Amino acid sequence: MSKGQQDILNVRGVTKRFAVGDDEVEALAPVNLAIPKGEFVCLIGASGCGKSTLLRVIAGFEEPTTGGASISGKAIAGPGSDRGMVFQDYALFPWMTVRQNIGFGPRQRGWPRQEIDRTADEFLRMVGLERFADRYPNQLSGGMKQRVAIARVLANNADILLMDEPFGALDALTREQLQNELLQIWQRTGVTIIFVTHSVEEAVLLADRVLVMSAGPGRIESDVRIDLPRPRDVSSPEFNALRRDISRRLTSHLVKA
Amino acid sequence: MSDHATALPDHADAVLIGATATRRRKRQRLESLRAFVLGAGFPLLLILIWDRAVAITGTRLIPSPYQVAVMMYDFTFGGVYDDAFSGTILTHVWKSMQRVYGGFFLAALIGIPLGMAIGRIKVMRQLLDPTISLLRPIPVTAWLPLSMIFFGLGPNAAIFLVFLGAFYPILLNTMFGVRSIDPKLFEAASMLGCSGSAMFRQIVLPASLPAIFSGLRIAHGFAWILIVVGEMTGVPTGLGSVVMDGRTLSRTDLVITGMVVIGACGFVTDRIIVAISNRLLSWSPQHRE
Repeated sequence: MSKGQQDILNVRGVTKRFAVGDDEVEALAPVNLAIPKGEFVCLIGASGCGKSTLLRVIAGFEEPTTGGASISGKAIAGPGSDRGMVFQDYALFPWMTVRQNIGFGPRQRGWPRQEIDRTADEFLRMVGLERFADRYPNQLSGGMKQRVAIARVLANNADILLMDEPFGALDALTREQLQNELLQIWQRTGVTIIFVTHSVEEAVLLADRVLVMSAGPGRIESDVRIDLPRPRDVSSPEFNALRRDISRRLTSHLVKA
Repeated sequence: MSDHATALPDHADAVLIGATATRRRKRQRLESLRAFVLGAGFPLLLILIWDRAVAITGTRLIPSPYQVAVMMYDFTFGGVYDDAFSGTILTHVWKSMQRVYGGFFLAALIGIPLGMAIGRIKVMRQLLDPTISLLRPIPVTAWLPLSMIFFGLGPNAAIFLVFLGAFYPILLNTMFGVRSIDPKLFEAASMLGCSGSAMFRQIVLPASLPAIFSGLRIAHGFAWILIVVGEMTGVPTGLGSVVMDGRTLSRTDLVITGMVVIGACGFVTDRIIVAISNRLLSWSPQHRE
């Protein structure tokens, strides 16, 4: 269903084994995946299904045991600024102000100062944190920290946002607000998003496409397209039908395992 | 419940907030006054006990606080005893400071980069960690004879001893600080295009700065402790040599004067270090004092 669009991400036969003591754990069975540019994909599955591992392989933080992945045809060989990870616990640099955190990527490229500040301010505005530009991460709420983390990867001009349960540590209201903001940012920037979650509702609310993963070893069990128009109404029958469908796919694997 | 608060008009809120802020400021002022009274009162009490104890026992071995105060005055301004120590305080403090900070900065200069390298680079850890663990338990005083052979009778031996005492706390705290950096920060930095030596400068150093500063502070304390040992190596000036001379001359008032000046120097310079670290670590509230 890629409508002839260029695939930005290609994952071919990626497996991952971890050594745990003398044992080896197979975290990922061969995974194949193609994601077109600009798509919003949610990876969902129970904990231990390898969804975070797959994300970390794509980020370049983990090397696959076999197989490989490529971005726009270029093989992934480590972390790169074309992909930006948004961690659940933010991973902001605590000694830098909000503005310095957001300007970190541009600063690495040796841009002139005004250019760095201009970019930082642009993305500060995008996530609505102009007033907090000179605060340190410790002085921010969880939701604000995650906004900074998103702005930080966007300011670095990432093509793909890799989000590892980014809203998992937030309260329900803040989460809902950030989900909406993320959708707006996605629509405005056309960035590709791979979003790991274990909330079915979150996946159905956000994604163009939900990949249901199952454990032992981790693999993509089903690939569900969500064609509901946005903004999505979580109380509509269509929404709930999809939610039930994905929940069923998730739990059926749990029972099997 | 907060329902009532939100029902109040805005200016009422502002008045409420203003009132609580004033009350908070008042409480803070009272709190700091109490800290000062308690903090300064206790040493005064100790001096009182010392004074009474000397008077009651009638000992001639320990001078009274008053005699020490007179010695202190003479040591600072001269004009009482007019001996070799009169009005010489600045010379001794200056000499000791040179040795304390010579050793201390040398320890920081070597300890911080080495600690960062050992903390971050596995080969360095494998190469150096066992040796450091072997050398560390050796008391600095045990190095005294060797340091006198290496550096002769002079200030260099003192600097070396201060260096040794200051080196390990700085090294170990830096290593610990680097090792306890959240690995996600490295991942975040590398995906944002940071690598190699830029990683050391931009991530490793600032992230381990709280641990480095607690190491520097401990080391700085040791440096002042070791100056007496260091200046036992036969240097003519310095606060440590004043204490040693006082012992040789059986002038306990001079010994105590030297001790008080060392304590005061250590106290004041420690406050300076705390002020610097509070400034540099303002991003990290849990490390503020």
